[in-house]
Formats: sequence, structure tokens, C-alpha cells
Amino acid sequence: MPIATYAGHDVIVNDEGFFADPYQWTEEMAPYIAKAIGIDELTLRHWQIIRFMRDQYRAKGTGPTVRILGKTSGVSIKELYQLFPSGPAKTAAKIAGIPKPRGCI
Amino acid sequence: MTTAIAKVSIVVSKGSLEGIYPALIMANGARAEGIEANLFFTFFGLDAVSRKRHEHIKVATVGNPGLHVATLVGALPGMPGLMTSYLEHKLGKLDIPPIPEFIEMIADSGAGIYGCQASCDLFGLTEDDLIDQVKAIITVGEFYALAAGGQIIFT
Repeated sequence: MPIATYAGHDVIVNDEGFFADPYQWTEEMAPYIAKAIGIDELTLRHWQIIRFMRDQYRAKGTGPTVRILGKTSGVSIKELYQLFPSGPAKTAAKIAGIPKPRGCI
Repeated sequence: MTTAIAKVSIVVSKGSLEGIYPALIMANGARAEGIEANLFFTFFGLDAVSRKRHEHIKVATVGNPGLHVATLVGALPGMPGLMTSYLEHKLGKLDIPPIPEFIEMIADSGAGIYGCQASCDLFGLTEDDLIDQVKAIITVGEFYALAAGGQIIFT
């Protein structure tokens, strides 16, 4: 599997760029992952979602879909897409170092 | 390497529950992947964005072999409502939202929602008859212009 370097640390990622091991992730890597996928600055609202993704992954073993994010994260669907234009659940999971959430809704 | 899909424009021509949901799931799923999406409601598909009808979309209980209900049974009074309630219950359990809420969610995701001019003329509908999420009633030519450079899916 490919190796990516964020904040000076080498991490293993899959072909789509998601962390193979979420426990290799640290908060200082997040801005570098974000920049690599086109988000230049992580605001407090971005961080609210990134931490929510981590918490959900820790609790359930999988990240939430956009539908669940919209209902439970405290950020509306509209704002989620403004924060993460290339897909909120997918992009936030990548920045949060967790696997891509699966689900059709 | 194959090129990733960057845009989809989905035509919804049917007004039954099973005719509408797949298109909504595909549009919503496209946006979740960062793919640009448009929904174009034509003919009976307009019911999904009609103020009067969008909360009363029913599953087809006659002429629908996939439902595995005998035609004569499907034709009994109350059957469409009963089967629709049953399916809605199952959809709800999977956290798939009802059609009006789903369309609102898809609009919030940034997808474009449009009505078909020819069909609106046919049924005597104006923008006032359609839900707020509909950006405009457009001609088929305008639809092709919107869809340019992407994939078109007809349902």
C-alpha cells in the first residue's frame, strides 16, 4: 500500500488515500491532509466535524454517512457541503484518518 | 486509469415510489462522492416535486411483478396505501428519509433540481405549483446544456 507523509511522519494509506491504520493519525497531520485534498484552512467548524468523525469511529468502528452527520453532528447538510465540497463524510473521514464510511444514504 | 465521473444528470419520468427513490438515492450518492448532480423531473416524475402530490407518492401495486402481489389483489381498494406504508416503514428503518425530506436534503447538498417545461405545459403546472427546491422549469435544450460534459441517467 502507498505511503504518504504528513507533518513529517510516514503513514500507510490505501489507494484512495484513506489511512490504513487510524491509530497512526495525529491532530497535527490533519491540516496537511486537508491541504493535499484542496482545503487550505481548517476552521473550528471543520474541526468540530473531524473530532465527531473520530469519536464515531472509536464508538462504532465506522464513520458516519452524510445523512447521519446532518442529523447528529450539529452542522446542517448545507454547511457540511460548504465545509467539505468534495463530499462531507468522505473528505472528513480522510482528514480524520479513518476509513471511508460505507452506505448509500 | 479510467476517468472518474464528474457530473451526472438524472431524468425522473415516473411518479411511483419505486420510480422516484432510485433516482434520489443516485443523486444524493453522487453529491456524497463530490460528483456534481442535477435532477430533471419530467412527466409523472413531476409528482415528486409537486406541492400537492409530493407527500402522497405511492408504490405501484398493479402491473408490478417485482412486488409479488397478484394483480387482482393489488387492485383492491386501499392496497396502494397499505403497501406504501409498509415500504415506508422499511425505508425508515434504514434511515432513508421520506421523499419530501430527501429532496430537501439533496437540494441542500448543492444538486440542481429542475422541472420539465413540456410536462409542466401538459399538466398546466407553474413554478408556484412546485416545491421551493425546484430552481427552474427548463426546456429539454436547457437540460442538455446543463448536462453537458457529464453522464445522463434516465429513470
